[in-house]
Formats: sequence, C-alpha cells, structure tokens
Amino acid sequence: MTLWIEAFLVLLMITSLWLLGSSRLLSCIAAVSVQGVLLGALPLLLGIDAPPWRLLLQAGVSFGLKGIAFPLLLLRAVRSVDARREMEPLVGYSLSLLIGVALLSGSLAVGVRMPLPSPGTPPLLVPAAMFTALTGLFVIVGRRSAIVQALGYLAMENGIAAFGMAIAEQEPLLVEMGTLLDAFVAVFVMGITIFHINREFDSIDAVRLSTLKDSP
Amino acid sequence: MILLPVLLPAAAAVAAFFIRAHPPRRFLLVGVAGTHSALVGWIWIEPSRFPPLGAWMALDSLGALFLGITSLLFLVVSLYAVGFLRRESGSTASDPEEGFLFENTPEALFTACLLGFLSAMTLVTASRHFGLLWVAIEATTLVSAPLIYYHRHHRSLEAAWKYLLLCSVGIAVALLGTYFIAAAVPHGAGGITILTFDQLIEHASQLDVRWLKAAFLLLLVGYGTKMGLAPLHAWLPDAHSEAPPVVSALLSGALLNCAFLAILRILSVCAAAGLGQFGRQILLVFGLASMGVAAGLIIGQADYKRMLAYSSVEHMGILAVGIGLGGTGDWGALFHAVNHSLTKAALFLLAGNILAAYGTKKSGEVEGALRRIPFTGALWIAGFFAILGAPPFGAFTSELAILRAAVSSGSWAVVVLYSLLLAAVFAGMIGVLVRMAQGGSPMEARGGALAMGGQGAGAGGSVVAPRRKEPVLAVAAPMMLLLLSGGLGIFVPGFLNRALQQAALLLGI
Repeated sequence: MTLWIEAFLVLLMITSLWLLGSSRLLSCIAAVSVQGVLLGALPLLLGIDAPPWRLLLQAGVSFGLKGIAFPLLLLRAVRSVDARREMEPLVGYSLSLLIGVALLSGSLAVGVRMPLPSPGTPPLLVPAAMFTALTGLFVIVGRRSAIVQALGYLAMENGIAAFGMAIAEQEPLLVEMGTLLDAFVAVFVMGITIFHINREFDSIDAVRLSTLKDSP
Repeated sequence: MILLPVLLPAAAAVAAFFIRAHPPRRFLLVGVAGTHSALVGWIWIEPSRFPPLGAWMALDSLGALFLGITSLLFLVVSLYAVGFLRRESGSTASDPEEGFLFENTPEALFTACLLGFLSAMTLVTASRHFGLLWVAIEATTLVSAPLIYYHRHHRSLEAAWKYLLLCSVGIAVALLGTYFIAAAVPHGAGGITILTFDQLIEHASQLDVRWLKAAFLLLLVGYGTKMGLAPLHAWLPDAHSEAPPVVSALLSGALLNCAFLAILRILSVCAAAGLGQFGRQILLVFGLASMGVAAGLIIGQADYKRMLAYSSVEHMGILAVGIGLGGTGDWGALFHAVNHSLTKAALFLLAGNILAAYGTKKSGEVEGALRRIPFTGALWIAGFFAILGAPPFGAFTSELAILRAAVSSGSWAVVVLYSLLLAAVFAGMIGVLVRMAQGGSPMEARGGALAMGGQGAGAGGSVVAPRRKEPVLAVAAPMMLLLLSGGLGIFVPGFLNRALQQAALLLGI
C-alpha cells in the first residue's frame, strides 16, 4: 500500500511540473484534470480511519468535480475564444521548469522536517502538497491568460486539499467542506468572470486588464 | 435564534432574485436591513435570548461589536441604495469618464448579492469555529465580486477579476493556515476534536507552538489580503474606485472589519498559547508598513475615490498598530474600527454624489463643491476632518488612545513614526479637500475641459455654475453616519464603552 501511495504522490508532483512546462491550454487543462483524479484516489489509499461511505463520497466528489467538471468548464471557455496556446507568458517555460525544480527541492527540504501530529502519514505527503500549492501560486503570477490563472488556482487548491488529507482524521468535516466548497464556488465564479472578460475584450489575456493604476 | 440574523437576509436574497417589480424589491431591501438592525439591537440588550448554537456559533462581545457596526452600516447604506437604484437602474448608461455606453447589472441580482453579503458578514461575526469562519469569509468574497462588477464595463470587470483572484488566493492561504491549526493539535490529545475558539483557548498549552506560529502567519497573510494590509492591498484601490458608492461603503466599512475580526480570533488563540507578543509584534510591523504605503500613495493622488481607498489601507494599518501595541491600544483599535466604518462609509457615499454631479473622479476637476452641491460639499468637508482624526470626531479619541499606548510602550520609534505618518496623510488630504470644496464655479475655471468631458458639464455656456438638486436620501444617509461619528467623539455611551472593554479583554495579553 505504501508503495502505491508514494507512487501517487510522485505522480502528483509530476502533474505540477507538467502544468508548469506546457504552453498549450488543452495540455494545461489535462494536467490539472489528472491532478484531480489523483487527488480523488488519495483518501481511498491513505487508510484514513473513517466510515467507508464517507471516503467514497469524498473521492467521488473530488473525482467528479476536479477531475471532470471543472476541466470541461474551462475547456468550453477555451473553445469559445479559440485560443489554443498561451503565446507570451510573463515567465518563459524553461525558466518556469527550473523554478519548478527549485520549488520542488525547497518543499522536500522543508516538508520532511515538519513533523505531523498524526503518525503514519506518508513522508512524501507534506512535500507533495506544498509543491503543488506553490506551483499553482507561481502559475497565477507567471501567466497572462485568465484561464491558466484559474488553472493555477485549482492546482493551488489541490495542493491544499492534499495537505488536508494529513489531518483528515482529526477534522474530517472541515477538510471536505472547505476544499470542495472553495474549489467549486470559486471556480464557478471565475468561470463566469472569464466569460465576461472574453466578451468584453475578445481575449482572455489578463494583461489587458491593466488600465487601473495610480496616475500621478 | 442566533441563526435568525444569518438566515433572514439569506432568504430575502433568494426572494429578491425572483421579485420582478422594482418597488417591492427595494422595500424588501430596506425592510430586511431594518429588521436585521432591530434583531442586532435585541442581541445587544438581551444576549441571553440568543443562546449559542452548539460549539459552532455564538456572539461574544467582540463578535457583537462588529455585528453591530455591520448591521447599522447596512441599514443606512440600504436607504442610500434605494435612491441610488432609482436613479441608476436603467438599461444603459454612459460612462462619465470615457463616454462609452454600458449596461448595469440587473437590479434583482444586485439586490440579492447585497442581501447575501449581509448574511455572510453576519455569519463571520457569529462563528466560533475556524472552519466556519473561513467558509463565511469565502462567501463574502464570492457574493461581493458581482457587486463590484455592477457597471458592466471593462474597468469594473478588471477590478472584479483582480479582487476575485487576489482574495481567492488569500482565502486559499487562509485555508492552509486553518489546516495548520488542526496540525498544531497534538494527536489524541484529550478532548480537542473540533477547531472551536473555546476548545483551542482552553487547551492552548498543549498546542504545538511551531505549527501554531506558522498558522498565525498564514492566516495573517490570507485574511490580511482581504483586510487590505500592505503589501497585500493591491486589489483594494481598484475595487473601491470602480464599485458603485453603496458597495464601496460596505466594502470599506464592513468587509475590512470582518477580515480584521478573523485576525483577532487567531490572535486570541495565540495569546492563550503564550504567543501573544509574537503575534502583536508582527501586526505592529504590518500596521506601520500599511500606514507608510498608504501615506506615500495618498500624497499626490489625483483620483478622490482611490484616495479614500488608500485612506482605508491607512486606517487598517492604524487598527493593526493599535492591536500590535496592546494595552489601551486594544481599546483604541476597536473603537477606531467603529469610527472608521461610520466615517469612511459616509465619505464613499458622498463621493458617489460628487461623481454624479461632476462626472469625474479626478479631484483636480472638481471645484467649488460648496456652491454647486452645498449639502454634499459641507458634509464632504466634515467627513474629511472626521477621517483625518480632527476633534470633535470619534477618530480623534481613538487615534489618541493608540498614541497613548505607543507612548506607554516606551518605543519612541513607533511614537514618532505613527505621528509622522498621520501628519503626512493629513497634509496630503487637506490640500485636495480645499481645492475640491472651494474655488470658483467650475464653469468659469475649467469650462473648456469639462465641456469636453461630455455629460457632466451639461448644457454649458452659462457663467454661473447652476446649483444642482441633491436627492434627499443621498444627503441624509451620510449625514446620519457623520452625526454618529461626531457624537462618539463627544460622548461614548456607557454600553458601547463596556462592550469595547469586554471585547478588548477577549484578546488576551
């Protein structure tokens, strides 16, 4: 079992690197979708001490929303604007990957040292969660397209949800409620806003959103 | 019972969404606001009638204080909103600055979001569980984003997107912080199973200090984004300058306070675990930084709505400094939160009147407000003095209390910095005020420029600026708020003072 968990956590980290390195929007969406599926599988693997129906529910909702529903929503947004590729990211892809590697080693160094109160959490869980969350944050800052920024937000949310698994035994309700509500509603509202941005500007380039500033 | 003030506006929000005719919906808005205030007043008088709901919801004096401000503010703002919606709620409008045509958000949706906003903020003040608190603050972000995008054009869309993205990231960080609190609870420790304030404070000595410190930092960054503490304030000026006056007033007067309350909650847990000084010192640094950043941007600020927004950043900084110093600073900061809310909401409403009269947000193009719109102009002057902390307004008392706390703490650097920054903001804002209020009639002085600006100048050509008719509600609502603010400067009623002192005690040392 531990082997499987470790494998899944490594896969989670790989999807984050995938998100960092791909320029095609469809590929980015796929990366986040796979992340959602992996995250859905985690509660089943971790052997959390909770009633099985609850674990199944959590896995199912995570799988359905993060793995399927959100990616489809964003896919529709991509189709409607006919934008296939993020043309000029603020931070280039090779540099992004390098930064990703730096983030990964940083998360490994820090994550291993922070002892979690519940024994039996897999040692890779905290680093993987931290890395995924940090990658998401980086994507929000480093990309122009509003869709990719929303994807970055989802990735960040995924990382936090993965961390939540570590404390799910103590606070099961908090973890489920928090993550799902947050991801669901925020992405929903972001999706609507992206729709408006698209209609207003004929583009989903968030850099065009730069008229508001302090004029002397 | 305690659910009533949360559920009532939520139910009304759903109803407002489906009511087609304007008059009954507006009546519903004011009616619910009034009922909510009455309920809150009842809570203040007879708290025992509102027993806690399990360990999750209850109103202590800290929560009741902020609920009181929010409810009162919402009532006054809803009165203003009725007049505002009557004037604005049309199919298309023309942008006063750039002249293009745009549509407004349907009034039903706008009203529903306003009521939902009240419900979410009430939940923030009443929750006693870090998870529930987080959900409530998340809900405030989501219902207020459409409010900022009331005028459907590119600038407000940009403001709404920035607000949504920054606050969502902030709230995600806060969620991580909430998980960290759970991680600070030792495994299998006797009885701490849920993240309620009472349980955490009771068992504070067993908490893992490392995780708790990390949790405090994450929550401070997360909720601090929402509160507008520098350097996390980037969304604030844009959102406040593009939102309609009703929304700016609520954002600044009520929402920022809610985020502040969330930070106070985690501070009280930290204080119980012996980390009080750690938390307060960080707040002090954030507070002084916010005051500094705001002072720098207020001086020479050309846009008066942005100036008010930066003033909010400054005042959030003052609150953080007050809490950071502790002692009388706690009382001062809580009292200052009351004063700031009343005054800043009034100023944003007045800014809406000025924008309607002049059609520009540039303070350089507004002249002679005292002649053109005398009531708004006079209140604008009073409001500026109130927000700058001049006597006899309440902010004078509270800023002085914080200064006293700084002096008694013995750190002269803080005393000097605090006074200098207050003085800098005073100097920066007073110049703008004089220009806007006084001066010749706008037609004489800048006739050409204004006429080009389109609409605002109207049928130009006459030499004397016509005195504009001012809607009664648009003047009465901010006047009520400023009268309260002035009254608090002269006399702090006993029940309020007791509430402030009890609330300050809850923060611990």
